[in-house]
Amino acid sequence: MNAAVAKATHEVVKDGSMLKQKGMMAGHYDRLAAAGETGSKVACTFVPGNLNELIMCFDLLNNLPEVNAIQNGLRKKSGSFVMEAEKDGHSEDVCTYVKSDLGMIARGNIGPYGKPLPDPDVLLLSYTGCFTFMKWFELLRERYNCETIMLHTPYKGDGEITQNMRDYMVKQLKEEVIPTLERVSGVKFDIDRLREYLRESAKAEDDLVWVLQSAKNKPSPIDAYFGGIYYIGPIFGAFRGTEDATDYYRYLRAEVEARIQQGLGPVTPDGDMGEEKYRLVVEGPPNYTSFRDFWKMFYEEGAVVVASSYTKVGGVYDFGFRHDPDHPLESLADYCLGVYTNRNLPERVDMLTNYVEEYQADGLLINSIKSCNSFSAGQLLIMREVEKRTGKPAAFIETDLVDPRYFSPANVKNRLESYFQMIEQKRASKRPAVGAMA
Amino acid sequence: MTVSPTTEIIERCRALFDDLQFTAAREWKAAAPGRKVVGYMPIYVPREIIHAAGMLPLGVLGGGDQLEVIHGDAYYQSYICRIPRSTIELGVTGRLDFVDGMLFPSICDVIRNLSGMWKLMFPEVYSHYFDVPQNYRDDIGGNYYINELKLFRDDLERLAGRKITDDDLRASIDAYNENRRLVREVYAYRSDQPWKAPATEIYLLMRAGMVLPVEEHTQLLRDYLGAVETEDRPIRDNCRVVLIGMFCEQPPFNLIKSLELAGCYVVDDDLLLVTRWLIGDVPLEGDPIENLAKAFLHHSEDTSAKYEPDAAEKGKYLVRTVKRTGAEGVIFAAPSFCDPALLDRPMLQHVLKDADIPYIAFKYAENSGQMQPIREQAGTFADSIKLWSES
Ligand code: SF4
Ligand code: SF4
Repeated sequence: MNAAVAKATHEVVKDGSMLKQKGMMAGHYDRLAAAGETGSKVACTFVPGNLNELIMCFDLLNNLPEVNAIQNGLRKKSGSFVMEAEKDGHSEDVCTYVKSDLGMIARGNIGPYGKPLPDPDVLLLSYTGCFTFMKWFELLRERYNCETIMLHTPYKGDGEITQNMRDYMVKQLKEEVIPTLERVSGVKFDIDRLREYLRESAKAEDDLVWVLQSAKNKPSPIDAYFGGIYYIGPIFGAFRGTEDATDYYRYLRAEVEARIQQGLGPVTPDGDMGEEKYRLVVEGPPNYTSFRDFWKMFYEEGAVVVASSYTKVGGVYDFGFRHDPDHPLESLADYCLGVYTNRNLPERVDMLTNYVEEYQADGLLINSIKSCNSFSAGQLLIMREVEKRTGKPAAFIETDLVDPRYFSPANVKNRLESYFQMIEQKRASKRPAVGAMA
Repeated sequence: MTVSPTTEIIERCRALFDDLQFTAAREWKAAAPGRKVVGYMPIYVPREIIHAAGMLPLGVLGGGDQLEVIHGDAYYQSYICRIPRSTIELGVTGRLDFVDGMLFPSICDVIRNLSGMWKLMFPEVYSHYFDVPQNYRDDIGGNYYINELKLFRDDLERLAGRKITDDDLRASIDAYNENRRLVREVYAYRSDQPWKAPATEIYLLMRAGMVLPVEEHTQLLRDYLGAVETEDRPIRDNCRVVLIGMFCEQPPFNLIKSLELAGCYVVDDDLLLVTRWLIGDVPLEGDPIENLAKAFLHHSEDTSAKYEPDAAEKGKYLVRTVKRTGAEGVIFAAPSFCDPALLDRPMLQHVLKDADIPYIAFKYAENSGQMQPIREQAGTFADSIKLWSES
């Protein structure tokens, strides 16, 4: 996703971190394309519950179908892939990530960077926070007929991680996931190697959290949704646990520090954002097929997103969790259990309320995604609850991830404009009326 | 004119089905002090444990096509299925105000999220997301599930204000074993003589099991089998179909009727799977919680909401069902926007194709009114099957 946006905006975005990420992503897709020649084996897995450190322990390349769908969305290729899959019998009602992926495969599996993607040697079905994942990998298994590992992450129905959940996950890791990865890769598992990667992860996580929390500044130096999507790229994808990721987040942090010192707002595709007028918290994934137009609707109005739940979908780090080299398997379990979409609704409400308050936002905006029941079912209640608890106005828009048919720019723009007016009215009603004191 | 015993039974079931106030369950609760009712949604919960706590398990399956949804729509976007919104409607209109606990099984993200909504909206009610393992090894998924069941038992003990002993559990397992045996007998009877036991009647009969105490339902099943045997019902030239995809949001009653009118005998379905989720008897000897767990892991129905660990086995259960019941085709009927049913459907269809079994597919909503297109589609399907079999 990130390099694609960078490409579209290279005339303005020249941050070192951005260039570094672009190189990392291109290198990653090159390695995938060359897997046949280099003999590298490939694992596919999901962003929530992504066990990148473990995958690296077996010298496997990590190919994430959600990331491919996003990349194809940004390049406006996903629409035709989705239709291809629908032609092939997949329902118009189901997640468009799945259909974008299946459509791409049906058309020859040429990846978003124009190079072929390798067949997976193993599907690591990290079943975390989304029902669709289970069926998605059953569909891929049908196609590739390769080894498939189910790693079931129990849902935090009561808002807690219990010892039973953790034990269950660790047991699955020890007895199912690791032995199968050993067999597929031919590489013996070395727990110290895992510890090293986890240590690296924690460093990057510290810097990521620092960057995301920098949005508490006024003006915020970052946009924690549209910009945030660049920032999560390496750590949510195939780089968590690598030195590359650590370096990337160190650069990023330094850049953001510099922006704070200069009192600058976020960088947008059109350069520095002007005056910060509205501070928003956003719940839900973005639309990718019109990503730049969507973002523009915000920055043109001086709206900056100061916190978002989507940037927690591949891991929630801002309440203290870090990958822990001293408890490697337990911390992988806790990581999966804690991702945003594995949290129950009351927890999500608490988190968003906390964001509105801690980041001194003007309110909550929900971008409800047609594809995604995991995020979307219950969002209208979430909206009302957060509104009630914070006393700040909330708003609701509807789009889709990678299906351009469900992005209606005029509707979205209208909704946003009325939302900004609502915020203005709320502010005006709080100000003491001029002359009222006399 | 005297009413036949079958009609009498079915009319009673129909009255239970139509009653969106759940009067029968309310009366059960009011009949003795301290009684409690625990609601559950599809797809499966171990009702034995609720029963063993002296409580009534109550199936909550949305509002059907008779409930006017006024509030529920304000909680859901248009692209989410109907059952959660009509269930919310039942909740906010006080129709479930006698329910002391609500269980939300692991079936999909909509019901999963509804568990949290229930916590927020009805904080005085015990709401529980009922998770089940997707790993079927005794020492992994089994251990996890046994511990979950124990925690669940603790919760219910607190709710009931009494202990649930192993013997209580054994007695309840016994009661449900018997119920499942009768349910399967009814299903077998229908697949043998579908002209005698129409799908509409079987549906109402099974729905009654969602509100009645299990012992009463078992007796009702027995009575039905006895009564229907004496009915003189003509054999029609219908084709035999398996109906699949209806395991959660309920089809409108008229949909089932329309399929029959269109010339289909439903010889098997995945409606109300909780009534026969566990295959075979759960043993009464030994640890009852472990027995329930083992039955779940090794002897339970296959369905789209479950993971199939063995690639070669994917969807094969459907072919086996078709063979066992002598069905001539499969009808995929899924609720609109239903992830489990719709994501699974292409894979099941591939398996059917390989086995040369014809199928059709359509979608419905619990409140769909217009049955004509479905009737036509099913009618054409039935005709074409007859043509094939004649040629
Ligand atoms: S978008 Fe939602 S439904 Fe689709 S794969 Fe991601 S979490 Fe699952
Ligand atoms: S109808 Fe399908 S999507 Fe809707 S709640 Fe039931 S299983 Fe989930």
